Amino acid sequence: MSEPIMRLEGIYRSFRSGRTVIPVLQDINLDINKLEFLCLVGESGCGKTTTGKILAGLLPPSDGKIYFEGRDVNDLRGNDRRRYRRSVQLIHQDPYASLNPTQTIFDMLSFPLLHHKLVKGQKAARKRAAELLELVDLTPVEDILDKYPHELSGGQRQRVSIARALTTDPSVIVADESVSMVDVSIRIGLLQMMMNLRDELGVTIVFITHDLALAKYFSWEGRIGVMYLGRMVEVGKTQQLIANPQHPYTRVLLSAIPEPDPEKTRTKRHIQLRSEDIPRLTELPPGCSFHPRCPWYIEGVCDHTVPQLAVPATSNSQVEVACFPVQEGQALELYES
Amino acid sequence: MSQPMNDDVVLRVDDLSIVYQTKRGNVQATTNISFDLKRGQAMALIGESGSGKTTVSLSLIRKLPKNALITQGQVLYQRDGNVRDVLKLSKRELREFRWKDCAMVFQGSQNAFNPVLKIRTQFEDTARAHGWTDKNAVRERALELLRLVRLDPERVYEAYPHELSGGMKQRTLLALGVLLNPQVVILDEPTTALDILTQRAIIDVLNEMQQRLNFSIIFISHDLSLAAEMADVVATVYAGEIVEIGPVNDMFYDPQHPYTHGLLTSVPKLDHEQDFVSSIAGAPPNLISPPSGCKFHPRCPYATDKCSEDDPTLTGEKPDHLAACWNKDALLEAREEIARKELAQ
Ligand SMILES: Nc1ncnc2c1ncn2[C@@H]1O[C@H](COP(=O)(O)OP(=O)(O)O)[C@@H](O)[C@H]1O
Ligand SMILES: Nc1ncnc2c1ncn2[C@@H]1O[C@H](COP(=O)(O)OP(=O)(O)O)[C@@H](O)[C@H]1O
Ligand code: SF4
Ligand SMILES: [Mg+2]
Ligand SMILES: [Mg+2]
Repeated sequence: MSEPIMRLEGIYRSFRSGRTVIPVLQDINLDINKLEFLCLVGESGCGKTTTGKILAGLLPPSDGKIYFEGRDVNDLRGNDRRRYRRSVQLIHQDPYASLNPTQTIFDMLSFPLLHHKLVKGQKAARKRAAELLELVDLTPVEDILDKYPHELSGGQRQRVSIARALTTDPSVIVADESVSMVDVSIRIGLLQMMMNLRDELGVTIVFITHDLALAKYFSWEGRIGVMYLGRMVEVGKTQQLIANPQHPYTRVLLSAIPEPDPEKTRTKRHIQLRSEDIPRLTELPPGCSFHPRCPWYIEGVCDHTVPQLAVPATSNSQVEVACFPVQEGQALELYES
Repeated sequence: MSQPMNDDVVLRVDDLSIVYQTKRGNVQATTNISFDLKRGQAMALIGESGSGKTTVSLSLIRKLPKNALITQGQVLYQRDGNVRDVLKLSKRELREFRWKDCAMVFQGSQNAFNPVLKIRTQFEDTARAHGWTDKNAVRERALELLRLVRLDPERVYEAYPHELSGGMKQRTLLALGVLLNPQVVILDEPTTALDILTQRAIIDVLNEMQQRLNFSIIFISHDLSLAAEMADVVATVYAGEIVEIGPVNDMFYDPQHPYTHGLLTSVPKLDHEQDFVSSIAGAPPNLISPPSGCKFHPRCPYATDKCSEDDPTLTGEKPDHLAACWNKDALLEAREEIARKELAQ
């Protein structure tokens, strides 16, 4: 495989609140391969948005390295640095908050185009802006350009956010919960449009979501990374990970999700957690942070040492899992409710 | 729907229409809605945002905003053989009704508790407001309910709201909601914005409570999975109207209305390798001047001329599964085509 377009290496990030330090990301290692469909999933607060911001250079890590096209972004200067910042774009999770209500759609799109000198003059900007709206299927283009955000539906606004991210001709887009705020009935259309952008523009999309069914759909030909309390606990090919989840947290999540099929969802087996309380980031349990809730934890091991991501020896897939009993090849029998 | 009310019907909504009066005109938020809710039954109202789900549920407990006007219809409530029209209750009767008969939970739930009062005080106040002053009895009942929602009862009872996580608050609210033993519990988006594992806990708790206390549930959700899991009956709401209603299995496995079908095919499934999913084209209409005929026609893949002219009524081959659509056969053909593709996969 060719060199990944981006790489996170040993990324830590903490925030300070008064005297307490909140460790939000710990030891995140992640390759983003060119043109792959990659999803980051996990419940709220697990660090998805923070990871996205770090990828896009909007937030510096407390420790660790970010590589873009093989180069440490810290070493990038001048034009190279500007190119990195333009090449990796984050789409904000909230299309309502991220669009300035006093600007027309044309204003929003033309500003970065002119500012980065990607086009010359209003006329060229208008032409390019119109092309971008076509790309995100926001038509009739000429109507839309002169509208204000409040005149658009939620789905249309999200398309504007995506068009705006495209102004700088990025090679990587981090789409943070980009369809979560719109109605279920139009989510797939947005997702399909983003998937088409990959083919049309050669842009690699990292899709962040808490919805595993959407993650599955988006990254069926790609990979999923599952995060829990600031760490990556399982990462690998979607088809293997969904069909055969290995990490206890992934298994619990998949077993808990209601499905849009009455018979299936009512006969689904739910794995019972040992505790429903989610630990605070400021009081993370020692060892594997899932251990106080994990039905399969091994005393003296899991509560002692932090498990590292690795492909379990007995596994016939390449999915990496950070869990001791799984790595030792133990069969985790199902605890049913 | 003028048949007599059977004993097992707790709530009958009969030809209800509601508008919101605004400067720009009247928003027709609810149009000719009718349904029966039976004892112990869970009914889901599903549909996109702005379709009128919340409006219907608020009308059931008369909590509509000031600019709302009920233009016609009845909300009949039956308890111990007595039938009353909720829309005609006096203020005092209404206050009683809202806790003892029909409770609404989760409306802006995270802030529903007074932050400076202990949970205990909030249970006691609610009980006292309804003439129940024996604190020990209240405590006993409260602890029992808190246990039922799988919380540590003693601890939560003495806690302040901020000491509880979002999911715990949600469950505490549920316990408080049923303190006075209502027959009907209304839940507006009960799991929206909750994480998967918290959602799961709420669903399990609700199911358990419903079995134990045998109340009826009306819940509103845009989440089809939740309806699949919890509802006995599902009603699809579009542009203020019920466009399809039926038993949950019929609705999911044999949808008769293109909108219901559209909603179902817009969600990917975890266990499907390849989903034949697609979004519903367009957006819900403006309810100040809704489309003529079938309101779904501008977005409907099966629409014919008739659809823009005449408004279809709810009909069905089975008495309990009704849909308002002129072209049910076209939908059936399309569904068969999808089934063939899925088989060929
Ligand atoms: N600027 C900040 N200051 C303090 N805490 C923060 C800040 N940004 C995020 N956090 C905390 O970091 C954790 C992870 O947040 P986030 O990356 O937004 O998670 P996710 O997107 O998975 O929900 C949360 O507990 C959040 O409260
Ligand atoms: N107080 C109000 N004044 C005017 N219009 C309203 C008001 N509340 C809701 N609406 C409108 O009524 C329609 C139905 O809203 P609602 O019942 O909240 O739908 P849902 O719960 O399905 O999202 C929408 O078009 C909404 O904009
Ligand atoms: S390492 Fe141990 S505690 Fe952590 S998830 Fe695996 S089994 Fe559970
Ligand atoms: Mg986030
Ligand atoms: Mg609503």
